[in-house]
Parts: sequence; structure tokens; C-alpha cells
Amino acid sequence: MSKYSVSEKGFYGDFGGAYIPELLYPNVEELRQNYKQIIGTDDFQKQFKSLLKDYVGRPTPLYLAENLSEKYKTKIYLKREDLCHTGAHKINNTVGQILLAKALGKHRIIAETGAGQHGVATATVCALMGLECIVYMGAVDIERQAPNVARMKMLGAKVVPAESGSKTLKDATNEAIRDWINHPKDTHYIIGSVVGPHPYPDMVTELQSVISKEVKAQMLEKEGRELPDYVIACVGGGSNAAGLFADFMDHEEVGIIGVEASGKGVETNESAATTILGREGIIHGSKTLLMQNTDGQITEPYSISAGLDYPGIGPLHAHLFKTGRGKFVSITDAEAMAAGLELSRMEGIIPAIETAHAFAIFKYLDFKEDDVLVFNCSGRGDKDLETYRKYFGY
Amino acid sequence: MNRINKALAQDKKLISIYFTAGYPQLEDTTEVIKRLAEAGTDVIEIGLPYSDPLADGPVIQKSSEQALRNGMSTQKLFKQLQGIRDEVDIPLIVMGYFNAMLQFGVEDFCKECEAIGVDGIIMPDLPIDIFERDYKALFETHGLKFVPLITPETTVERIKTIDDLGDSFVYMVSSSSTTGGEQGFGEEAMSYFKRISDMNLNNNLMVGFGIKDAFSFEQASRHTSGCIIGSEFIRRLTNEGMEGIAPFIKSLK
Ligand SMILES: Cc1ncc(COP(=O)(O)O)c(C=O)c1O
Repeated sequence: MSKYSVSEKGFYGDFGGAYIPELLYPNVEELRQNYKQIIGTDDFQKQFKSLLKDYVGRPTPLYLAENLSEKYKTKIYLKREDLCHTGAHKINNTVGQILLAKALGKHRIIAETGAGQHGVATATVCALMGLECIVYMGAVDIERQAPNVARMKMLGAKVVPAESGSKTLKDATNEAIRDWINHPKDTHYIIGSVVGPHPYPDMVTELQSVISKEVKAQMLEKEGRELPDYVIACVGGGSNAAGLFADFMDHEEVGIIGVEASGKGVETNESAATTILGREGIIHGSKTLLMQNTDGQITEPYSISAGLDYPGIGPLHAHLFKTGRGKFVSITDAEAMAAGLELSRMEGIIPAIETAHAFAIFKYLDFKEDDVLVFNCSGRGDKDLETYRKYFGY
Repeated sequence: MNRINKALAQDKKLISIYFTAGYPQLEDTTEVIKRLAEAGTDVIEIGLPYSDPLADGPVIQKSSEQALRNGMSTQKLFKQLQGIRDEVDIPLIVMGYFNAMLQFGVEDFCKECEAIGVDGIIMPDLPIDIFERDYKALFETHGLKFVPLITPETTVERIKTIDDLGDSFVYMVSSSSTTGGEQGFGEEAMSYFKRISDMNLNNNLMVGFGIKDAFSFEQASRHTSGCIIGSEFIRRLTNEGMEGIAPFIKSLK
């Protein structure tokens, strides 16, 4: 048993659990009782691996970014999740969960989405499997991620705007949970990150851990050793980070770095840097760190990137933070946009704005020349072109 | 005896009304309570508004948002309720989401409730296993009844576990839905009410979600001790103001 894996009751240290209304209990309990067993079957594993390989396009490359390495005087690898079908790591999870939904006999699929990447990844696997798909998306995000809204519609999904609260990811998640309460029998909720009640954080980590496993094999091939010195990823809810960190967490010699969005700066009221601004509490059924006022009312976060615009982080990350196992850095909109431009100009890779946050850490952290860094290049920037264009005035 | 249990011991179908504290206006809380009590309501659930009410439909979401915009807070609610026991003797239950209680401090929250004369607490997202392990003794110390929820999907075994945790009433959610859902009950709902009633639980049963008028009230209380009305009451309060309260309660009888 790993120090950082989930307990029988669904906790990572002090964090996690299932703080859900009784109305949701049967749905979550059905999943909890079955997910490990289903994922463990040969049949599931065979289908999962085959789809990841031939449909998603795995393994994704581990690319040595020589230009960036030269500039920052350290060895920088990019795990190219941006090359996955649909353009981000999100599809690893949706492929797994759609197989799980089928094994559970569900024929109606719901999801929440922020940037639209998870919505697209869900709509994609629903199209593939011929299942009904409803995606909840904050009205604000529908505006700023228009290409992904069009993609979801083209794939046959129904996109329902969340009009409550801040009209972003947290509110879309509330709406998806309410939908699930209203459809306890035929519906599976595909959560898009390592958030929500147990068993979601564990299940999504498990499905995303393919990233970590591939990195180990690719490291061995390229560097003659399985373990890099640092693994680095942006953290919204934390699924791409959990996927990259998974197999390295127990190796204390591997540095773990999570990168949060500080929006316009942690000292402004427009930020999403949860480890700095958050306190322990409950969000979406999970005990974790979240941004809230003294009364426990959840604060409306802000980030230029819709995928990081979430007031909490997954309980695994709260645990990594609290125990000091993981280091968390926060990056402003401006720093992220500059890093996105730099990666485009120096490596010919236009990253998602979420992803770009990770590449902005060099201002804050020093690395040695012989350090090997693996960044999760979690997604591509196609969906963000409009935001980039406006920002840089192209 | 706790006021809730006293009410339940009466030979009548109880009317319990949920409203959102600090709505429509911040200082309306005690006025709503007094008017409800005068009009012959049997139990009142005081909703502590929350930013992310997962179990609630649009009507209660909106009233909660408005109350928060009005400046409602946990501290503010406790302040408003100071002295309420000089005015009314009706059973009062505080209903909210667990994070609000957690941030206030669960023990402090219970102490404040006791000092005011609150009789019970409903926290839909406080899981029963965690309640039992961490908070059951604390609730008892402060004389607060914990009111657990069940739904049509709750298994018989779990209902028995839940029944063991409380000693007042079990909140029976009428259908698998958020608050303010479908109105009027069909055969399926009626047989669910009867099925649970036939289990002869230690706790009384009160039905909530989807009750709006004398007809649905009669249906839902036929096999139970009474009903809880939330969304419909808030809708009336929104449209008709304080003057609408007494006629609405009378219309249910
Ligand atoms: C490319 C990309 N990276 C990262 C994220 C953030 O999610 P997570 O923290 O779960 O990886 C998103 C979310 O939409 C995304 O699209």
C-alpha cells in the first residue's frame, strides 16, 4: 500500500471522503462497490488498452525540448498529452469511464466541463459507444471556449448552460450533480478531474496513471533510469497532475511540482490559487482545500484559463501539499500567456493556456543542469486561439 | 421533552415549513418565523443559505443566492435568532450544508443552537457514518435532534441503520430529485410512503420535496406524521410577501 493512495474509506490523510446528500448515496455507492472490480477485469483492461492505443493514440511521446533546455540550463522533457485524440489528457479518463458505465449498464452520460476539453472528450466517447450525452458548462465558459462548444454539438452532445453562481466550472459541476440526483438509475456521471466524492479521485487517478507508467518506460529508454528528478504539471482539479505523479509519489527522490493559476495575482480578488488562498472544507462531496469565506461560502475563482478556474483541488493534491510531499507554485495570467508564447516560438508547440501555466515556473524555481524535468504538456492550444489572439493582438 | 418530539406526539398531521433565512430581506427571518407560528405551522426549518446547495432545485438556489447577497451569514443568523424563544414556542430546526457548520466549528455551532433554543439540525450532506463517529454525542449533549434523510432508493438495511441514529423523525424525500421537483404523487410514490410506514420505524416520518397544496399534503401525510414544504412556500413568499403566509398555511388544512 502506497503512502499516497486512498484509504478504504476514501481518504488521503485528512482529505477526501464522500460528503454527499443521502440522495446521491445509491449512485456513488454503486460505483464505489464496483469500480475496482470492473477496472481489474481482463476484459476491461483489454478494451481500455486497445482504445488508448488505437483510438487515443497512445503512448504519447516523451519529447526532449532542446531549445527550452538550453535556455533554462536543465534537461526538459514534455509528455505530449496534447497529441492525444481531442487534444488533451482528458480522454484517458473518459475512455475508461465510458467502459465502466457500459459495464454498469448505464445508457445516459452526464459530465461537467470548464475549458470544454473534458466535455469534448466525453462527447467523443459517447459518440463512439452510441450513448446519450449531456454536458453542463458554465455560461461564461460557453462564451470563452466557443470552438469546444461547437465540437460537442457536432459530436451529438447536448450542452446545457449553468447559469448559477459564477457560471463557471464549479457551477457546471453543481448542475451535473443535481442531474445525477434526479436520475439515480440510468445515468453515469463522468467527472473530469480527481475531484468529487470517493471513489472519483481514486478512479480518475487510476485511469490517468497511464501517463506516469509511460513516462517511466520512456525515461528508461532515453535516460537509462526510470525516475526523473522532477515531475511538473498544472493543477485545476488535478487530473493531469495526478496522472503524471501517480507512479512517482512513493519515490521520495522525485520532486513533485503542481502549478496553480493565480489569475491576476493572489493579492487580488481574482485568483484560483487554492493552496495559497484555500482552507480545509468541503466542495463537491470531498473534504479538501478550497477557496471560501469565513462562513464557508465557496468563493468564485478567477483564471484566464477556464480549466484552472476551480475553487478547490483534488484531495490527493491537498494531501501532497499538507504533507509537504508536493510543492505548489502559482502563476499569473500574464506569466502563463508569456510562457505559452515562448513554448510556441521556441518549440513549435502551442499549448493550452492551462498547460502554459506549468512552463512559467522557471521564474520561481531553480534547477540544476543535470536535473531531468518531465512536464505534462496536458493539452494543445487550438481551443484557446481566440484568447491568445486577443491577448497578443494578432 | 424536545419540542420536536412533543409536536410529533400530537394526534395530527404536522405542517413543517422550510424557508431561507435572510430572504426576501435580510431582517425578515424572525418576522417569517413569528407569522408562521401564528398561522398554525407545527415545525419550522430555518434554512441557512449556502453558495452551493447541491440538493436544492432552482427556487431554493435563487432564494439562497439572494439571502447571501443580502448579507446573510451564520453569525448573522444566530444573532437574529437571539430572543426568539421569548416570542415563539414552535419547534425550530436549522437546515444547512455541512461546510457552513464545519467552518463555524461544529461544537460552537451546536452551542449557539442550544443557547437560542433550536431543537434540531438537518445537514443533507453530512454522511451518517461521519455523524455517528464524530458528532452524535455532541448533538446529544446540546439537546439537538439529528434528522436524517431517506429516499426511494435507500435500501431497507440502510433505512434501519439510519433509523437507529435519530430519535425524532426521518425526513423522507418523496422522489429521487432535488427540491422543488415534480408535484403531486402517483402510485409509485404512494406505495413508497406506505412501504416505509409499514416498517414501523422508531422514528416518525415526515415527507418532503414536491408538496405544494392541500391535495399533495393529504397524499404525503396519509401514511406519515406530516409534510415539509419548502420551494412552494418560498414561491408564495416571493410573490405575495408576508401577507401571503397565513392564507397559505390555512389553505393546507
Ligand atoms: C489541457 C488542460 N490541462 C489541464 C486542465 C486542468 O484539469 P486537471 O487539473 O484536472 O488536469 C484542463 C481542464 O480543462 C485542460 O483542458
